Amino acid sequence: MDDLIKEFLVESNENLDRLDTELVKLEGTPDSRELLASIFRTIHSIKGACGFLGFQKLEALTHAGENLLSKLRDGKLVLTPEIGSALLSMVDAIREMLAAINVTEHDGEDARVGLIDQLKKLLEQEPVSVATSRRAMARENCEESKPESKVATPAAAGRSKKTPHVGKLGGTLVEQRRVKPEDVARALEAQEGGDTRPIGAILVGLGVLKSDELAEALRLMEERRSKATSQDSTIRVQVTLLDRLMNLVGELVLARNQVLQYAAQQKDNAFLGTIQQLNLVTSELREGVMKTRMQPISRLFDKVPRVARDVSVACGKQVHVDTEGKDTELDRTLLEAINAPLTHLVRNAIDHGIETPDSRVRAGKPPEGVVRLRASHEGGQVLIEISDDGAGIDVEKIKSKAVEKGAIGADQAARMSSTEALNLIFLPGVSTAEKVTNVSGRGVGMDVVKTNIEHVGGSVEIQTKLGEGSTFKIKVPLTLAIVPALVVRSVGRRFAIPQMNLVELVRLDAGQSGSGIELVHGAPVYRLRGRLLPLVYLDRELKLREEEPNGQNILVLQVDSRRFGLVVDEVHDTEEIVVKPLGKHLKGIRVYAGATIMGDGQLALILDVPGLAESAGIKTESPDGQTIKASALNTKDTVEKQKLVLFDGANGSRMAIPLNALARLEKLAGSDVERSGNEWVVQYRGQILPLIHLSRVLEVRRDGGLAPNDTTFPPPGSIDVLVIQENGRLFGLIVNTIIDIVEDTTEVRIPATRAGVLYSAVIGERVTEMLDVSGILQAPEQGVVERSKAMAVVPV
Amino acid sequence: MFGVESQNIQEVLRTVELTEVPLAPKAIAGLMNLRGQIVSALDLRQRLELNDRQKAHPPTGVVIRTVDGLMGLLVDGIGDVMDVDESTFEESPETLAPQMRSVIVGVHKLKGNLMHVLDTSSVCDLKGLQDAKA
Repeated sequence: MDDLIKEFLVESNENLDRLDTELVKLEGTPDSRELLASIFRTIHSIKGACGFLGFQKLEALTHAGENLLSKLRDGKLVLTPEIGSALLSMVDAIREMLAAINVTEHDGEDARVGLIDQLKKLLEQEPVSVATSRRAMARENCEESKPESKVATPAAAGRSKKTPHVGKLGGTLVEQRRVKPEDVARALEAQEGGDTRPIGAILVGLGVLKSDELAEALRLMEERRSKATSQDSTIRVQVTLLDRLMNLVGELVLARNQVLQYAAQQKDNAFLGTIQQLNLVTSELREGVMKTRMQPISRLFDKVPRVARDVSVACGKQVHVDTEGKDTELDRTLLEAINAPLTHLVRNAIDHGIETPDSRVRAGKPPEGVVRLRASHEGGQVLIEISDDGAGIDVEKIKSKAVEKGAIGADQAARMSSTEALNLIFLPGVSTAEKVTNVSGRGVGMDVVKTNIEHVGGSVEIQTKLGEGSTFKIKVPLTLAIVPALVVRSVGRRFAIPQMNLVELVRLDAGQSGSGIELVHGAPVYRLRGRLLPLVYLDRELKLREEEPNGQNILVLQVDSRRFGLVVDEVHDTEEIVVKPLGKHLKGIRVYAGATIMGDGQLALILDVPGLAESAGIKTESPDGQTIKASALNTKDTVEKQKLVLFDGANGSRMAIPLNALARLEKLAGSDVERSGNEWVVQYRGQILPLIHLSRVLEVRRDGGLAPNDTTFPPPGSIDVLVIQENGRLFGLIVNTIIDIVEDTTEVRIPATRAGVLYSAVIGERVTEMLDVSGILQAPEQGVVERSKAMAVVPV
Repeated sequence: MFGVESQNIQEVLRTVELTEVPLAPKAIAGLMNLRGQIVSALDLRQRLELNDRQKAHPPTGVVIRTVDGLMGLLVDGIGDVMDVDESTFEESPETLAPQMRSVIVGVHKLKGNLMHVLDTSSVCDLKGLQDAKA
């Protein structure tokens, strides 16, 4: 396609987006000269380009709109909801024609005569609003519609004299009512007559303008101009080029990782220094390229007012939209993925959530409802909240609807918690809408919302209070392309599992392969610290093995609040992998999220954990299994929760450590422990892992020295070890027992009462001490910091 | 013996290293690493429902350009690049099996041989194939 036309399409579409927002804003403030002027300019420039490129139908349409706007801007016409709707219809029609141009380089067959006529008729209208049949028709489409819904009446626009289209300064001054149009005309005449002074100076000379007023007008113009040209600090780049750069940087990261592995064996300092430089530059390059794909969420939020307006008009409700955190950035693929879910949730909120103005007033609420959009960064994720102050979701209604549809049994419904019941909304076909409308209610939207969000690795949570409103919380990862993943093997083939879904690893000892695994109604489960974990055998799911499914290792994976164990043969390392999409023939296979090229050039498939759960039939409710307790409903602001490992540090002291501070949790055989000088060590995955007794470090004698090491060597049975990485080296902390892994906040705190502890908090409903890992590892008694550099460097 | 328009061909690979994809459609033999790009490999024998290749004769890979990106075709071997013209072209015979007809545009009568002209986009369309998972 012609470059000129391409440019035209891109710019016009941007202009149309802006028009949407401004027209909706205008309906709220129909007097705003600034908005009217801006809208007029936008349509005018689209019209100009159309004419230039020969799109006559498009030109005719925009011309009709421009005429209407010209009268509005001049104050000869007052903005009515009818005019607003007509203009928005025009914007939609222009969008369709642009789409036609994109495909056929031609502005389509439909000359939109009807719309043009309507716009022309509106030119003649008296400035008094008239209820139209259009609105009545629209009302039939909505739930709970009342005939007397209040609509904001347009205020009478101020009257102003005809503004001459003279030089910009003159126009600005008249707009500001500093001078009269006649004065500007006189100044222009003087200029034409040979006066070489600029308009401003002439006007001052005529005595109709003060010099400080002139200065202010000039400043205002400068501001406007700089706003218009601020776009020059950005540059348009083809998305495909950026994707290619991302790919190449991904490969660079992999190559760097390999280099680092070789570097660990080198002695040459100069070489190591260069490697370090390479490392730093690669990391920064990667960050920079990632940023190019980041876009602010305002791109989505800006579209919401228009959608909200259309839906609220159609439903006869009054809503306004608040946004917070518009500058929050996320990867563009994620933006695209959550676009549709976001729109759907907003429509739902207005159609089902917010009540009609009358119901609201009766309930003691203001007649206008609020839909609030909030975006923020939280950890490695972006949190997007859509909340409304409407009627809330009736949990009982949902339960009965679900039972009615046969999705769950009546007894299940009775036993369900409210959180679990709310999640029923995501089942296809379940909706508490009284009537199915064109807007929503068919019950097909929510499950698609959930699927789309989960497909990009995100999650959706609902909170609601009957009578007060609901909040939908969407969490998506900050970026898709490079993720940490655990590499596993099943029947000789390698697979990668995103770290995000991984909770812990359980190794089944050779003799134990059979025990520990029980059968419940024929389904294999594993008893993990008292809870039953449904098991999925990877070799069975992928049909890799002919014989009985097998495996030595269980990966405890989590999707939403469901946990299950994936059984595999071998577990390798955690690596950062570049996620590459699969081709069209393989895209549809639910268990794969993509593929990646490993350090040795071989391919490995990346497993899609939610897809795996689905294909294995892991359900939220299993009659005998236990579901993980859902996090308590918190209607206040979200409190930061993290995954914590609870353990018995020494002699019954209950302690915790953040899960992401751990490299691994291990159960090692006491007989494997060896002595190296005064230290205990163990051979661990090709390295020598120094072991530290937590009990030794935590118990301090009255004179400040350490308790003597009176623990027996070698330790009997097996020992629980927390493997921690600090400054690139691995250490093993020996603890008494590992209790559990929980997700909790560390809100209630009191300062530490002994060394080796950061603070005490209520975790898992009991007072727990938070381990100070760095503090312990730096204790000079350990001599750990002094350890020689012969320790292998762990690749980043 | 089949012919593919040379402008659709990006390159030929003498040896092909494949990573199998469990649960993939039978015609997809696996994935290959093409200088950092992941390309699906379509086994032509499977696609045309011919007999399986003998283990002793590893396939040759032909990377073709399609609307949806690159695709690798696994074939027994490749011959020459030749110019053919209209005069030797004929529509597919009626006797051609249905799974062939959907992908063959026609034939060229060459000396002692018939070259079936493959349509690369229909070859890559797996809809309607017996979906026997590997």
